[in-house]
Amino acid sequence: MRTSAAPIWGPSRCASDDGRAVTLLAQQIVLGLLLGGLYGLAAAGLSLVFGVLKVLNVAHGELIMLGGYGAFWLFALLGWDPFAALLLVIPGSLLLGAVLYVGLFGFVVRAHEEIRIKNSLLVGFGLALALHALAVRLWTADDRSITTPYSGAVLTVGELSIPVIRLGSLAIAFALIAALHLLLARWRWGKAIRATAEDWQAALLTGIDVRRAYLLAFAIGTALAGAAGTLVSVGYSISPSMGLEWTLKALIVVVLAGLGSMLGTFVAGLFVGVAEALSAAAFGGPYREVVGLVIFVVVLVLRPRGLFGR
Amino acid sequence: MLELHDVDAAYGDVRVLSGVTLRVGPGEIVALLGPNGAGKSTLLGCVAGLVRPRAGAIRWEGQDLRALSPHLIVERGLATVPEGRRLFASMTVEDNLELGAFSPRARATRRQSLDRVFALFPVLHARRRQIVRSLSGGQQQMVAVGRALMASPRLLMLDEPSLGIAPQLVRAILDALAEINRAGVAIFLVEQNVRAALTLAHRAYILEGGRIVGEGNGSALLQDAHVRRAYLGPLAVRE
Repeated sequence: MRTSAAPIWGPSRCASDDGRAVTLLAQQIVLGLLLGGLYGLAAAGLSLVFGVLKVLNVAHGELIMLGGYGAFWLFALLGWDPFAALLLVIPGSLLLGAVLYVGLFGFVVRAHEEIRIKNSLLVGFGLALALHALAVRLWTADDRSITTPYSGAVLTVGELSIPVIRLGSLAIAFALIAALHLLLARWRWGKAIRATAEDWQAALLTGIDVRRAYLLAFAIGTALAGAAGTLVSVGYSISPSMGLEWTLKALIVVVLAGLGSMLGTFVAGLFVGVAEALSAAAFGGPYREVVGLVIFVVVLVLRPRGLFGR
Repeated sequence: MLELHDVDAAYGDVRVLSGVTLRVGPGEIVALLGPNGAGKSTLLGCVAGLVRPRAGAIRWEGQDLRALSPHLIVERGLATVPEGRRLFASMTVEDNLELGAFSPRARATRRQSLDRVFALFPVLHARRRQIVRSLSGGQQQMVAVGRALMASPRLLMLDEPSLGIAPQLVRAILDALAEINRAGVAIFLVEQNVRAALTLAHRAYILEGGRIVGEGNGSALLQDAHVRRAYLGPLAVRE
């Protein structure tokens, strides 16, 4: 997920380089948007689980990693196209999420709301370690990525080059977010999930089986993680240790967006992607991780409920 | 129909209810009066399944409610309008009402229920696509009552429905309750507005310090010296 670029705002730049610098900048923005869409998708699942269950799943990044390896396996063993792999990875992740809820997080949500976060951190870190170890065992610690016949294809618009596979991933990420939005807005249980997020006691008194709403939200959140992982594996690369980084990215986006709006989360993801790309261009690659954390702190100080939060 | 026998409840070491026994018969309007902190909301919470009583029995049509999750209690025909309304404020009036008919039994009759609610509160029909947060307090209370009615309850429990509402709307809410009752729904009402509650209710219980200290029919309690002094104020005693 790292794209390195030389600093373009350096002191040695002379006037004749301006056109090239603008193009470089635009190119960085495009790459930032393409990656940011995946940040948005990764964050949507975390946001849903946090908003509904009031549980912070720090193993969310590991669930993304599993989604990536799911697609990798389907590709390497069965020759599946990674985009087609989504058709199996998404339902598989949904099922995995349901199992994890029943086996682990279902116990966490029984606790009082103040204790939940603490307990969920313990359970989440435990799960993250276990999944990391499992992934190293199954797939070794090496970086992997899926290379399809069309992996090198590039769309050229003016002087910008857009990797086709990443563009496809962005489109799918957006489609999934839009589908999620519709699901929560229209579906009977989608409304029940939103009601539970807003006031779980009132939801109970309304006749909603809140435990089932939790189960559904966690399963859907895991499915989104799985889908995000698949898209990462095809446009970028995956490794067993990618989880923490993605959890952090998702958390930054959730804090920036606030809870309650999936489309807002997606937009915040794009924003973080672009901000990272620009800072990498301005200050050099190593600084791309820093900008996300700066955004994180600034938002917490200035607007704790986020840009789109209720 | 609803029977509480010797119910004790506590939060940690703090005893809230001690040996509460009461009943609400079919089609009855029963008020529960008492000062702040007497345990009125806790009592409703016990019946609705949000609070687990320490001891005692809570029976609904002969069946023990204590082991049931709140959503299953709603399914059995007991709906609650909680204190402070607790609406889903970011959703529309229509969504709130629709969620009220979430349990399978209520879902089967949700069209008729919705018509009934709109007949009872025509203003909600006009505002059905509005976000609940943008309504006035009184209109929000109508949504809260409407949401509970969507569950097709046989017993409607309300916690302080007149709290924080303009006086003329209090009248509208209480009139609506009388009309709901005429349709055969029993009502169990916790209310600060003692005079209004006693005028509406067939019977009332008085809860003080977690114990039932008085019981009687509405008009008799209105004349009762202790009730007048404690709940209607010194002016009422001189009246």
